[in-house]
Amino acid sequence: MFISTTRALTLGLMLVYLPISSSLASTPATTPTAMPVQAAAKAATHSTADHSKFEALKKSFASGPEVTQACLSCHTEAARQVQKTKHWTWEFMNPETKQRLGKKHVINNFCTAVPSNYEFCTACHVGYGWKDEKFDFTAQENVDCLVCHDTTGSYRKLPGLAGHPNYQDMEYPPHSGKVVKAPNLGEVARNVGKSSRANCGACHFYGGGGDAVKHGDLDSSMKNPSQYLDVHMAKDGLNFTCGTCHATAGHDVPGSRYAPTASDEKHGAHMRGKKDVNPATCQACHGTRPHSAKLAKLNDHADKIACQTCHIPEFARGGIPTKMSWDWSTAGKLDKDGKPFKLKDSGGHDAYDSKKGDFKYEDNVIPEYIWFNGKVNYTLLDTKLDPSQVIRINHFEGSPDDGKSKIWPIKRFTGKQPYDMVTNQLLIPHTYGKDDSSFWSNFNWDKALTTGMQAAGGEFSGKFAFVATEMSWPITHMVAPKTDALNCQQCHGANGRLDKVPGLYIPGRDANPWLDKAGWSIALLTLLGVIAHGGLRYLMAGKRTHGEQE
Amino acid sequence: MSERIYVFKRFERFWHWSQAALIIALMITGFEIHGSYKLLGFGKAVGIHTIAAWSLVTLWVFAIFWHFTTGEWKQYIPTLDKVDAMIKYYLMGIFTHAPHPFKQTALKKHNPLQRLAYLGFWVFMSPMIWISGWFYLFYADWAAWGVDQYLSLEWVAFLHTVGAFMILAFFIVHIYLTTTGHTVTAHIKAMITGWEDVK
Repeated sequence: MFISTTRALTLGLMLVYLPISSSLASTPATTPTAMPVQAAAKAATHSTADHSKFEALKKSFASGPEVTQACLSCHTEAARQVQKTKHWTWEFMNPETKQRLGKKHVINNFCTAVPSNYEFCTACHVGYGWKDEKFDFTAQENVDCLVCHDTTGSYRKLPGLAGHPNYQDMEYPPHSGKVVKAPNLGEVARNVGKSSRANCGACHFYGGGGDAVKHGDLDSSMKNPSQYLDVHMAKDGLNFTCGTCHATAGHDVPGSRYAPTASDEKHGAHMRGKKDVNPATCQACHGTRPHSAKLAKLNDHADKIACQTCHIPEFARGGIPTKMSWDWSTAGKLDKDGKPFKLKDSGGHDAYDSKKGDFKYEDNVIPEYIWFNGKVNYTLLDTKLDPSQVIRINHFEGSPDDGKSKIWPIKRFTGKQPYDMVTNQLLIPHTYGKDDSSFWSNFNWDKALTTGMQAAGGEFSGKFAFVATEMSWPITHMVAPKTDALNCQQCHGANGRLDKVPGLYIPGRDANPWLDKAGWSIALLTLLGVIAHGGLRYLMAGKRTHGEQE
Repeated sequence: MSERIYVFKRFERFWHWSQAALIIALMITGFEIHGSYKLLGFGKAVGIHTIAAWSLVTLWVFAIFWHFTTGEWKQYIPTLDKVDAMIKYYLMGIFTHAPHPFKQTALKKHNPLQRLAYLGFWVFMSPMIWISGWFYLFYADWAAWGVDQYLSLEWVAFLHTVGAFMILAFFIVHIYLTTTGHTVTAHIKAMITGWEDVK
């Protein structure tokens, strides 16, 4: 979907283990108020079907796949549709770069990668039972309808269960003392509806292992955002769901970060009958000259500057900080008793975790700005790298003069992660698993990397070190009201937002210093000249009175 | 002792003073846009600068029309006749109250030095500021006009600023020279009332 695979991946991974628990977990199964809320929601959707009246759903269900079979008894094509999408395959072939991407294939600098960690990561797969390479991608009952269509808020997939919800009450996170109730599957099934912000957010808000970790512009504050946080999704405003922009047909959600639309000048507004390449762009609704005549000069900016650059002044604005860096090289320290531990920073956020290493979180982050033409290149498992350089996990292409780029805001996420010193390739650790080779069970990199690379089908020489990496994330959500957009001076002045963007002459910021020196000197000399001339006249005027005054 | 002649007609005076106001506004906002200081804020400065520029264009359309239909354009035909005398006057005679070498009439209201100065305005400053300003204003249309590969905003802005500095210097001298009538305010009064006292 829109957030796509990588995210999902990461999400998955992170989610899984993370503190997810706090937000997701807190609402779950018990909610006594669920019914009236659902009734109201139903009234608002104008749906012609009340699923609680469906015979196929008037029973109790023991497992997710059982529910799916009931769904498919009416929605005969739904599973086939889902199975064609990235949400199911976790694969994406970038038509431009020919790189095979998708959560199944990419490596990031958060939890790194899915292979060998399926049971954990696939908590964010729209399916049931993907615990290893043998998962059956053709079985229709393996599709999880509920994770996207639950309206009760009680359905939750926990990391480690390979995409299943917990069918019995379960302590989660382990040893936390918190109990996640098993959802009442029949109840959930009888209350399905259109996907809400919370449905998409269950994975996409938690990418990277926890709330807000990965994207910076997607976190649980978007579930019920204020106008200031998101002018489109605000509950007391337009109340958009994700699908309002990511207009979905046949379960295929458009708008992917793997092949983003950096410039939508050609396609413009989304008209009825028109086949949209990507309906999730700003231009799809606002057109290419969105400002009123009074602000016409701003329209002149729109050919070179993405809407997001001015209209998302900062990300992580909802009060939840996003992770800005992650250093795996320090992971694995144990306390005196040989136990893993966590440290908090002064803001109360995780600063160190034996399982993961050192972190840095920030909120209200000013984005970096780059030229971006929509083309993204990934460093994949087989990409050779130069460990003396910062490795770009993904690289956004663009330039001031390729005619296709716009200036975009991004979150730049930095980190350190393992690579093979002999093959000069990135490595995938086996992080999660009940076996003794997973990093999170025994904190041994050698074992974790050996098992991880075996599962990924890659080579591991046995010699590894940590390499500095960075990853770019387009900032496109959390659009602020227009009154909170950037003002002119934030670029047209000293120390502006675009100071690091090449190829620009910005009036108010840039001026030729020689011309200024020459110009002001001439003006000053002229002024001194006329003052001297006038002064002389004044002095001489006194004398003149003796003579020829008329 | 002195006679009064009607030098500046009503439209001419309207033209002069509205143009003065617009040029002052353009200079104040223009140098702010240029980054020389902060006064109104960049956005507001751009807005006023643009409105003032379009107003001046409109005014000039009327002024050019007026000059041609009235034949007043001939006042700007440059001449070198008596230029040396004028220069000598401003360098020497003006201090000793020597007689002005140029006799102003309604048909010849600009002295030869003025005519040369206005020639400079027409030949250098005006094209420089207008042409560069036009491309500056229509920056977004360069590609549509097919000129984007020949122009850079940096150079257009550079030339526009060169024009602005020339006009600033012109403006300083122009204001000073208004004080050089037979009294300090005589020329300004003439530009307000239309009537100039001529000795």
